[in-house]
Amino acid sequence: MTDYSVEEPVLIVEDLVRHYRLPKESLFAEHRYVYALNGVSFEIKKGKSFGVVGESGCGKSTLARNVMALEDTDGGSVRILGEEVVGLSFEQLRPLRQHFQMVFQDPYGSLDPHLNVDRIVAEPLAALGPLTSAERDERVREVLESVGLKSGDISKYPHEFSGGQRQRIAIARALITHPELIVADEPVSALDVSVQAQVLNLLKDLQESFGVTYMFISHDLAVVEYLCDEVAVMYLGEIVEKGRTEDLFANPAHPYTRILLDAVPQPGAAKKRDRIKLAGNVTGQTEIRAGCAFQDRCPMVKNVCRSEKPPLVAVEEEHLAACHFSADVRAKNKPAAG
Amino acid sequence: MTLLDVQDLTITLATAEGPARAVRDLSFSLERGETLGIVGESGCGKSMTALALMSLLPERSNTEGKILLESEDLLRFSEKDLCNIRGNRMAMIFQEPMTSLNPVHTIGHQVMEPLRLHKGLDKDAAHAEALRLLDRVGIPNPKARIRNYPHQLSGGQRQRVMIALALSCGPDILIADEPTTALDVTIQDQILELIQNLVSEDGMALILISHDLGVISENTDKVLVMYGGSAVETGRTDKIFGELTHPYTLGLFAAMPKLGMGRNARLATIPGVVPDLMNLPAGCTFFDRCPLASDHCRDASPPVHVLNPDHAVACHNIDDARGKKSEELYL
Ligand SMILES: Nc1ncnc2c1ncn2[C@@H]1O[C@H](COP(=O)(O)OP(=O)(O)OP(=O)(O)O)[C@@H](O)[C@H]1O
Ligand SMILES: Nc1ncnc2c1ncn2[C@@H]1O[C@H](COP(=O)(O)OP(=O)(O)OP(=O)(O)O)[C@@H](O)[C@H]1O
Ligand SMILES: [Mg+2]
Ligand SMILES: [Mg+2]
Repeated sequence: MTDYSVEEPVLIVEDLVRHYRLPKESLFAEHRYVYALNGVSFEIKKGKSFGVVGESGCGKSTLARNVMALEDTDGGSVRILGEEVVGLSFEQLRPLRQHFQMVFQDPYGSLDPHLNVDRIVAEPLAALGPLTSAERDERVREVLESVGLKSGDISKYPHEFSGGQRQRIAIARALITHPELIVADEPVSALDVSVQAQVLNLLKDLQESFGVTYMFISHDLAVVEYLCDEVAVMYLGEIVEKGRTEDLFANPAHPYTRILLDAVPQPGAAKKRDRIKLAGNVTGQTEIRAGCAFQDRCPMVKNVCRSEKPPLVAVEEEHLAACHFSADVRAKNKPAAG
Repeated sequence: MTLLDVQDLTITLATAEGPARAVRDLSFSLERGETLGIVGESGCGKSMTALALMSLLPERSNTEGKILLESEDLLRFSEKDLCNIRGNRMAMIFQEPMTSLNPVHTIGHQVMEPLRLHKGLDKDAAHAEALRLLDRVGIPNPKARIRNYPHQLSGGQRQRVMIALALSCGPDILIADEPTTALDVTIQDQILELIQNLVSEDGMALILISHDLGVISENTDKVLVMYGGSAVETGRTDKIFGELTHPYTLGLFAAMPKLGMGRNARLATIPGVVPDLMNLPAGCTFFDRCPLASDHCRDASPPVHVLNPDHAVACHNIDDARGKKSEELYL
């Protein structure tokens, strides 16, 4: 592992591209592609949390899998702790894996149904080299306790747990090697709020004590706000807005971000609030089009949006947005409350 | 006639260590066009309750009580009749889309199958209807996507295919187990509105299981708060959110991250862990985690207090609990 100074980011992603080939619609038809990632760049500094939010299907899990070098990338670069991982073979990656771990979006699909919890959770320890069985058992016990599972659970199999309990098994497995970087894809969405609070507090504590770095994908904006220093908003395979969480949430500069923030359901004594709704249908990702990614659904779309792609540019310090009319969006933001 | 009337539902699962009491003495009812929300701790028996209604519980389980669908007890039905009911009258959106979609068939095949089987559509009609359903749940470019296998879809897209499947036969009762957890808030909004329209226009009844108190508050008429397999607080949604009373419900509210709270605050948690279903305490199941617990909570199960006709709470220390704010009880 190359030496890296504290200033050097733990993760640098540059211009990452991933296009999936779809099955042919008929024998003589051309292959079509899903343009899942179209040039995504960002970096995360040591001990920081980077949130990724965005429409379902916009490429968040694809981004996570490519950052973790779990599938072939079509272009761009991913450097973890200074080391390029794009293009490395499975064998070359193996010793590096202890430093970066992933919590998958689908907890059940990612847990081997034939292994009991003890073996599932201990599996990443193999990359650390030999451990005594006492050391091993101690680490399993410790990590299970930290995610709120009982020690009696180690002999059970995944199907014997509820959805949220399985999610915690997946989190425990990612934590057990004390990795530098954890990429977590919707890690708390299956948890009820009280267990979610425990897990979020645990993630924060680990960061404080060990300087763990997180890339954190979530649909829950309040959770992102609680955990993340920086956040990127994705739409159709691109980052459309990025910045410090407090700046971006208080004063968004992209209409999609504004709509996302307005759509968060609020527990109160009322049904259905009025809010701006997205226009039109979800855009397909099977063609490359001119102009802005958000043009079909944008409530303030103008002609220029259909012909010219807005670049991702600074709207204030460390706050970038890709919208021709970001100044208008910001002018309409209500002054931050409290 | 009440559409669905569940009486004293008790579910016991056989495990290696002995019987686990996943659900105890749960009762609720549902009329046409009505929505019931179920919230509660992870592992408190929400999915088991849903599976029991669908008669899809694991084999080594025992169900007691009554599940009356228009006065007929589903627990006495034969598997063949149940099969019919599952396709036509009751449908379920499962919590984990990947395990309930078949990985070896295209999504088109899976959405078309019930249309052909239960609705008797021919191949072309089923194909057209499948395209329409996929479009309605917001799958982009359904013509190209209908040939995809589940692994080629994102998490939220799979969840939407599940929703299309559940809606395909126009059920009388839809049980949605965390239907929108994998969806972003805007698509969640769109899906919930689609389901709401079926409720208000077609008179479908909905059971919505969700961890998201915001979703529950905006989309249901009644709420059932569960802890350790039984109901702790029930009533009309506006009444419950207007006066959260049970200490567990208050804890849920305290633990919820709220937009605008910032990064320096720390989320409140409910100390302790859920009770062991193998050895449930004699008294209140929330006893060892409750900030208001007193001695008799351990020994006797809590009485149900009816605060008003639309709000009931099972708690020994109801007078203490009433009027407490969630931030006073949990730090
Ligand atoms: N193996 C694959 N083959 C073809 N298309 C794929 C494949 N994997 C993903 N896709 C497509 O790529 C796009 C991005 O998917 P991805 O899973 O990254 O979305 P996501 O942002 O994680 O969404 P969600 O929030 O719903 O989980 C989607 O349109 C998806 O259908
Ligand atoms: N096949 C099984 N054998 C034994 N116990 C099981 C089995 N399936 C679930 N359980 C247990 O039954 C209890 C209730 O599970 P259920 O799936 O209903 O929880 P839930 O309320 O839906 O939780 P979540 O919000 O996490 O999905 C859990 O404690 C779980 O561990
Ligand atoms: Mg995903
Ligand atoms: Mg469940």
